[in-house]
Amino acid sequence: MAAPTTPAEIGGIGHSVQRKEDARLIEGQGNFLDDIDLPSTLHMAILRSPLAHARINGIDSSAATALDGVLAVVTGDLMDQHGLAWMPTLSGDTQAVLATDKVRYQGQEVAAVIATDPYIATDALEHIEVDYEELPPITTPQQSLEEGAALIRDEKEGQTDNLAYTWETGDQGATEEAFAQADRVVTLETHYPRSHPAPLETCGIVADVNSVTGQATIYMTSQAPHAHRTLFAMVAGLPEQNIRIVSPDIGGGFGNKVPIYPGYVVATAASLLIGQPVKWVESRTENLISTGFARDYYMKGELAVTDEGRILGLRVNMLSDQGAFYSDAQPTQFRAGLFHVVTGSYDFGAAHIDCKGAFTNKAPGGVAYRCSFRITEASYLIERLVQNAAYEVGIDPAEMRLRNFIQPEQFPYETATGFVYDSGDYPTALRTALDEVGYEDLRREQAEARAEGRLIGIGIAHFTEAVGAGPSRTYDIAGLKMIDSAELRVHPTGKAILKLGVKTQGQGHETTFAQIVAEVLGIPANDIKVEHGDTDHTPYGLGTYASRSTPVGGAATAVVARKLADKSKKIAAHLLEAADEDIELASGVFSVAGSPDRSVTIQDVALAAYTNLPEGMEYGLEDVTYYDPPNLTYPYGSYIVVVEVDPDTGVWQVQRMVALDDCGVRINPMIVEGQICGGLTEGFAMSAMQWITFDDDGNCIGANFMDYLVPTAWETPRFELLATEVPSPHHPIGAKGVGESATVGSPAAFVNAVIDALAHLGVRNIDMPVLPDRVWAAIDEAS
Amino acid sequence: MEITVTINGSDHASDVEPRTLLVDHIRRTVGLTGTHVGCDTTSCGACTVLMDGKPVKACTVLAAQADGSEVTTVEGLKTADGLHPVQQAFTDDHGLQCGFCTPGMMLVGASLIAENADPSDDEVRWAISGNLCRCTGYINIVKAIRTAAARVAESSNGS
Ligand code: FES
Ligand code: FES
Repeated sequence: MAAPTTPAEIGGIGHSVQRKEDARLIEGQGNFLDDIDLPSTLHMAILRSPLAHARINGIDSSAATALDGVLAVVTGDLMDQHGLAWMPTLSGDTQAVLATDKVRYQGQEVAAVIATDPYIATDALEHIEVDYEELPPITTPQQSLEEGAALIRDEKEGQTDNLAYTWETGDQGATEEAFAQADRVVTLETHYPRSHPAPLETCGIVADVNSVTGQATIYMTSQAPHAHRTLFAMVAGLPEQNIRIVSPDIGGGFGNKVPIYPGYVVATAASLLIGQPVKWVESRTENLISTGFARDYYMKGELAVTDEGRILGLRVNMLSDQGAFYSDAQPTQFRAGLFHVVTGSYDFGAAHIDCKGAFTNKAPGGVAYRCSFRITEASYLIERLVQNAAYEVGIDPAEMRLRNFIQPEQFPYETATGFVYDSGDYPTALRTALDEVGYEDLRREQAEARAEGRLIGIGIAHFTEAVGAGPSRTYDIAGLKMIDSAELRVHPTGKAILKLGVKTQGQGHETTFAQIVAEVLGIPANDIKVEHGDTDHTPYGLGTYASRSTPVGGAATAVVARKLADKSKKIAAHLLEAADEDIELASGVFSVAGSPDRSVTIQDVALAAYTNLPEGMEYGLEDVTYYDPPNLTYPYGSYIVVVEVDPDTGVWQVQRMVALDDCGVRINPMIVEGQICGGLTEGFAMSAMQWITFDDDGNCIGANFMDYLVPTAWETPRFELLATEVPSPHHPIGAKGVGESATVGSPAAFVNAVIDALAHLGVRNIDMPVLPDRVWAAIDEAS
Repeated sequence: MEITVTINGSDHASDVEPRTLLVDHIRRTVGLTGTHVGCDTTSCGACTVLMDGKPVKACTVLAAQADGSEVTTVEGLKTADGLHPVQQAFTDDHGLQCGFCTPGMMLVGASLIAENADPSDDEVRWAISGNLCRCTGYINIVKAIRTAAARVAESSNGS
């Protein structure tokens, strides 16, 4: 790790500065969505479909409307009168706001009650009668694409089957050639199950539309407030200057708070029609059954390898379960996100990926759950395949990776799917992790344990992520280029305010982004206030998800601080009566080259910017930057998990988890490590317990925290963290994104560890979550 | 119905519907919003408060059941002497990210160290196993609670 260049009082890059956001949060003074209490607020509750697929023949809301305290019942017909019964999704499809014709999944929004009190609103739901005519539900994408399957999207013009999209990348011909030359082909078919980000705070909105002025102030749990403002303007037809989105403190997002959900649209329309603020906060069940599912990819991967363990090519066929609407939150040109990184950390010339998505009678979503758009699925597939290939070829799984790694001198490296990896030293990362875990000794212990009938497994994953979307030539969402911004104002007393287009949900931006400014200008991080989340008071940006804040917003922050450093140098030269080019800046002190005793501080310069300027210079010390990244950043890591599997019960326990991450330059090591521990836990969750399933009638199993299991402190393994630091060559401060690395990389390590424990029995796959009964069944079948 | 609940040392007398949940009473009637709601099934612990010194999930207690009792919420942890040791340790040890689980975690931690001056890693994990955190992976929460315990022990040895 590079040592910090600023002293601790300044707290620039590399210091584990204590978080500024903590003060309010530890005293219960955070301001989360549900804490917002405007005068005359009305409360909304949503009636949801109990059925997965049914025609609506009529809705009678008269009894509900008649209840004391109920102001209105909003139905799809009412929304339709305002042209708002349907809304566009982020993947070019449309989605029902309130159902008018059919319900297409259990939990779909059918009507909404607006009442004076949340208890009354919920009571009133019982009094709405919906006449449903049941239709056969389709609960798997395989069924969905069968000939003669019932048409889920019968309202969609030109849609004659249940196909949501197709997508293909790579070079089919070259891949076939590579397979023709291979000594063997290793195949893995596996399902990455449906999951849910389930941040501890659910989604919500307080819509406050003033019917006289037309001003719409919308408080919402939004990871992307600026993009949401523009989408509100486009969808609801509200003039954008009158829309102010305020995203307050957010209790975790992980992708769940990227899309616009039907509840937001209904609450806003209701506020507009009634002229009072309307609040809607999801219950946990609503959150899990209707908003923001993730994953659900059926994947078949084939790896062409030689007997020496060289990878020659990769072929992938996938089928994704999209639910009733194709609403993946992803850049426009990417139908299956950035699945391209399925080529992983390996140097081979040919890959071909063929993907289909199908509509089913399940909730829509397809959010990138702590993931840069489908990278989690991709990374999982290649790391499982490489591990299995090692068994088939008969070489050690670590050695298999070392033989195929992209070498440090090959960067920038263009993959077979056309992504250009920026930097890395994979062999050093893996070797460091192997040394730490004591790999060779472990392999010996494993052999000895086997002889005694005990099952020990060692799983490796070496992932490469592509984060920081993205360059404007390729990346947009709904046409909006995926740039981001920072505005920096230095006040006369030398204190500063930094305004961001990105928005924290717990990542600590108020601290880390101040540290970037502290690094460049030498203003102490504690003297810099960071503002974000309020679109009236921050510059435009696409928001925080896909690990893009540091790669894009962090870059904007460094660039704007450098602009001010340039101007400051000129002011310093004026104050010191020296030539501009002789001024040097270090840790907030401007001095004249060669005579270090002639100096002024950034605080002197800040005051001079408003009081004493060189001839012809404009007053003030502030600027704004919109940053268009030249490339994504490519963080990576080597994770090693050791498990012991109980052969009698299939229960597995994590003995060790060593996680080496390289995310380039670390702005605040404490915060980076905190995010890695959180991500590893979510990766463990997906490998071990966390999934959403459906029965044959389309009932969602996993609709609450008793069925959708997220790990407690008791189950969560202990982690041993390591780091290397290869900077990103194109990022202004050499940083890469990190918040999602551990969720992306770790599931394969956990699953590989269990498979490794059973590999000698011939076991090559257990689908996630790797539940004890599945492990037991795999052992039973193998022996 | 009429109830009086002592919250963070002050008496709050109010007329509540019998079905009112304690968490809604604290948040909406009394206006203390540091206590959070994260689920519908008593699973997450975001709503944890201390009732007569014991942690309870305020989403699963009726306000009426709290009549006559002493409730401590996160807003009541700080005293005239400053932050409670768990509050200080949570920020020192980076025990929070989004902060949504934090009030509940800190109250469980405070009640644990009041009973067990030197809890082990496993004892802390067991104590907070009714509280979910989606951000931290718990490691720093456990560390913070143990730091707080050690600091309390040190200051009482010293005095
Ligand atoms: S809100 Fe009380 S346990 Fe979740
Ligand atoms: S800090 Fe976010 S849930 Fe615990």
